Amino acid sequence: MAMEERKYACYLCKGCGIGEVLNFADLAKVATREAKLGLVKEHDCMCSPEALEMIRQDVAEGVNCVLIAACSPRVKFEEFDFPGCIVERLGLRELVAWTQDPENKETQALAEDYLRMYGAKIKKTNLPEPYKFEEELSKTILVIGGGAAGLSAALFAARNNYPVVLVEKEAELGGYGAKLHRATPTSYPYTQMQESPVFAKIKEVQAEANIQVYTNTTVVKTAGQPGFLDVTLNTNGSEETIRAGAVVLAAGWKPYDAAKLADKFGYGASPDIITSLQMEEMAKQGKIVRPSDGKVPESVAFVLCAGQRDPEHLPYCSDICCASSLKQALYVRQANPNATAMVLYRDIRTPGQLELFYKEVQTDPGVMLTKADVTKVAPAPGGKLKVAAKDTLLGDNIELEADLVVLATGMVPATTDEPVLNLEYRQGPGLPDLELFTGFADSNFICFPYETRRTAIYAAGGVRQAMGMAMAMDDGVGAALKAIQAVEHIAVGMAVHPRAWDETFPDPIMQRCTSCKRCTEECPFGAIEEDEKGTPFYKIARCRRCGTCMGACPERIVNFADYSVDIVGSMLKSLEVPTEDDLEDDEEEVPLRILGLVCENDAYPALDAAALNKLKFSPMIRFLPLRCMGSFNLVWVSDAFSRGVDGMLLLGCKYGDDYQCHFAKGSELCNYRLSKLSETLDKLGLEADRVQQVQIAISEFDKLPKIIDDFVARVQEIGPNPFKGM
Amino acid sequence: MSADNNTILVVGGGMSGLTAAIEAAEAGAQVIIAEKEPYLGGRVAQLHRYFPKLCPPTCGLEIQFRRIRENPRITFHTMAEVTQVTGSAGEFEVTIQVKPRCVNDRCVACNACAEACPAWRVNDFNFGLDKTKAAYLPFDMAFPQKYVIDMSSCTGDCGQKCLEACKYEAIDLNMQPQTHTYQVGSIVLAGGWELYDTSKVETLGKGQVNNVITNMQMERLAASNGPTGGKILRPSDSQPPKKVAFVQCAGSRDENHLPYCSYICCMASLKQVTYLREQDPEAEATVFYIDLRTPGRYEQFMWKVRDDEKVRLIRGKVAKIEQAPGTDNVVVTVEDTVHGRRLKETFDMVVLAAGMVPSTKYHPFALPLSYTPEGFIIPELLPDGVYAVASMKSPLDVMKSNEDATGAALKSLISLSRR
Repeated sequence: MAMEERKYACYLCKGCGIGEVLNFADLAKVATREAKLGLVKEHDCMCSPEALEMIRQDVAEGVNCVLIAACSPRVKFEEFDFPGCIVERLGLRELVAWTQDPENKETQALAEDYLRMYGAKIKKTNLPEPYKFEEELSKTILVIGGGAAGLSAALFAARNNYPVVLVEKEAELGGYGAKLHRATPTSYPYTQMQESPVFAKIKEVQAEANIQVYTNTTVVKTAGQPGFLDVTLNTNGSEETIRAGAVVLAAGWKPYDAAKLADKFGYGASPDIITSLQMEEMAKQGKIVRPSDGKVPESVAFVLCAGQRDPEHLPYCSDICCASSLKQALYVRQANPNATAMVLYRDIRTPGQLELFYKEVQTDPGVMLTKADVTKVAPAPGGKLKVAAKDTLLGDNIELEADLVVLATGMVPATTDEPVLNLEYRQGPGLPDLELFTGFADSNFICFPYETRRTAIYAAGGVRQAMGMAMAMDDGVGAALKAIQAVEHIAVGMAVHPRAWDETFPDPIMQRCTSCKRCTEECPFGAIEEDEKGTPFYKIARCRRCGTCMGACPERIVNFADYSVDIVGSMLKSLEVPTEDDLEDDEEEVPLRILGLVCENDAYPALDAAALNKLKFSPMIRFLPLRCMGSFNLVWVSDAFSRGVDGMLLLGCKYGDDYQCHFAKGSELCNYRLSKLSETLDKLGLEADRVQQVQIAISEFDKLPKIIDDFVARVQEIGPNPFKGM
Repeated sequence: MSADNNTILVVGGGMSGLTAAIEAAEAGAQVIIAEKEPYLGGRVAQLHRYFPKLCPPTCGLEIQFRRIRENPRITFHTMAEVTQVTGSAGEFEVTIQVKPRCVNDRCVACNACAEACPAWRVNDFNFGLDKTKAAYLPFDMAFPQKYVIDMSSCTGDCGQKCLEACKYEAIDLNMQPQTHTYQVGSIVLAGGWELYDTSKVETLGKGQVNNVITNMQMERLAASNGPTGGKILRPSDSQPPKKVAFVQCAGSRDENHLPYCSYICCMASLKQVTYLREQDPEAEATVFYIDLRTPGRYEQFMWKVRDDEKVRLIRGKVAKIEQAPGTDNVVVTVEDTVHGRRLKETFDMVVLAAGMVPSTKYHPFALPLSYTPEGFIIPELLPDGVYAVASMKSPLDVMKSNEDATGAALKSLISLSRR
């Protein structure tokens, strides 16, 4: 909306106690004379149908920039919805009325500063115009991996009328699910083994017209951007490039290398010490025998957690091996009713309905179960094997003899050894930071489980987490949905999770770019690449609109339609900063002016919660929401301090391994940038402590008053900004 | 996507229902959510933190609410129940009954009605640990941010003080139930769960012995917006407990109660151990378990708790819980199966890891479905176009519930587009 077209109106609400705390005549003066908002109206209850009708009338008569100075943007959103208008919400209720002392004259000053800030914002903010790609986007879903998860993802995407390309590296579809003799129960009554559901899925996939299957095929390269992915496939040596819109990575797992278990578990010392996969193969062929002499075993020991839940091997648990071993114990018993199956476990993990299967197995008198910490498996005289264990239910240290020992080894994701996707991303060919998940392509968010930090690429099944087949099939469906959403959103220029409604996009002023590439390196999603000359450019379809690039850029060239360095800078510079000249005789100190830049995802709702609980904040601090702390640009510090502001408090999500930041790296990067700043601040005589970042969770509203008070006290201790009034 | 009927009904507005609804809406469907409580967020809103990162649940919920605010394709009804379903996949007709909140959309959450109201009610959001007025806000971050008048707790004889106190004309004591009828293409059942009533397990002392609480009550004690402002205090004397026992499988994995395992109670208790230890570095925690179920990557979370010096993890079935005579302390008798002995120990407070019962156990849905004897929906026997999510089928943690719900969104979309 061009400047000439804008017609402003400011609506001051007197409800919810705002009217009792503020002088509205003075507020109106600030709104008209300083913020220059042409039309200013008040109402006792701005969200009431009557007041809303008044606003709609004004809009019908030409107002198109509406500043609602009432409650938080997180409430009354259906009410304050004026299509086609720029609407700014200033939460005077939470930020002033509910959290300030009505007797303090600073309260009025606070509200007036907010009006100045939002008045500045509404002048510069624009309505988003979605990005339009020149080419037509592909809605093909590429599924990498034809095991349980991949088959499921492919089927459900295809049934929702999306073309699917399914790529499988083996000659046959089915993955490990197809190698099973029987599967653990997944349907009511949950007590009986079943045929592996993968076989039915393979038939369905083969019958589905929308799915194109490639076997003996791997992914050589994934280039381009979501919606326009150019994926090079290699089938038996010959290459082909296909177009896809989004990807489901369902590349599965492989068993942990049992050779590493030679020491403790004796793998390799005898052919009769096998892995659960080897047992499954024998069962599938209908011949469970000792590999050494081909005899049918009379006693089989199952050693659970072999090389798992162990800091020296796999630190995690592979989820399904308990149930799977119980199943194999039944195989042994069904093949030879005289045989004993001994299950040696640390914990039996059969959660949920699988518990009913565990109970069922316990009714078989030939299955013996004991808790045991196995210390050694080794060959014993007479061609037998001995298993030593401690801390068992049968006694402290025991030694059992068996004809065959089955080691339940763990699942290792395909992404451990190789990137699989082979992404053409400057930031690397694989998914980032997988050490957090011991190599699994998992997400650090339980609220967005399919997140991989590579837009439109969603991991599912055993490559994402150790899981059984039933779970993997469900997982595939979820990942397929996210892939579909990605292509649909990108097609209309909308971002994907977590800013799934956002139609703005980063629009950099390239003439000022110095190719420092901080944006390229810091983008948590690898959305920025560099051309042959080394100049960065966006792959817009990868962008999540967090603004980390905006914060990183020392030249401040990145802008979004409704969010830019200039918009925030203008808000900061609009404050009225009192100096000594403004002191009245009976006052001693110049009141401080402090800015609070807060993450809108967690810190801002915490402010609202504190306000609802009527906690009190210092009147010195003016809050301003940011899309993410990653968008914090250091120039705002100079903007603020050159204006005479005394301190800046940044409130954002937790960073570190257990990061809360919805954009993975935002708050961490903000902290990193601040560390670069402290030296400069000290040299300028300003003091590093004037700018501090505090990590706060959305539920920690009760900590806010102290955090703020402590910061204000520190700034008071340092003293007012020496550049004030210059 | 077919133009005919592009609407999905999601029954239940907890984390699973919200996820299914929002994911489907963001993939193009129109969605209606019917939630029986006055707020969205279900059980997750009642948690203090969830594992493995120990994040606050309101963070995950806030993202959902923001997505709802920004998405015109989502309509939600609170205090709503689905009373009738007719038709079949692609063309169901559903009837939703909305109970009167007695507070209309003009409510600004100023609390005046609650201050004026003289009547009290048991606070179910805090699992009975405290009370609210009959006019109340379900909790501070409640979405929608609207008060409710619990007419069953209203004495009816105070002279309508709430009406008098409200300056926004938001109280309507004569509000009538409303009926909405919708044509929808598919239905997602996300009715969630209730906590098993552990007072039915006589040996565990719930309801008889002081200072025996449930895992959900422990969550509320630890939550900043809970009955004690986030301080874990034992109910009898509001003192911070120094020695706490966590009893796993309380009424679970038990033929006489819940035969199945509720999946997350081991992790939940370990998480609650961290709450206690964070509050008081001198407090001691003991977890009595049968099998320690911390699957997958949760294993590493367990190690952190196990390695805390003041935490003991003891394999043993709790045989009895009783009051220590003359005190408010609790004596726990345990079979330590590994060392083959009986333990008897006194604690300040005991937390029972109670299991999850699907809401359908006592409130079946308004369409004929097949249930297991424990009340779970049998997914293979669901009619076309109807999908069940998460704890409707089997107890699950939040992460897997979200995954399942995302998958259900796709399945329900397919039902819309098939003809």
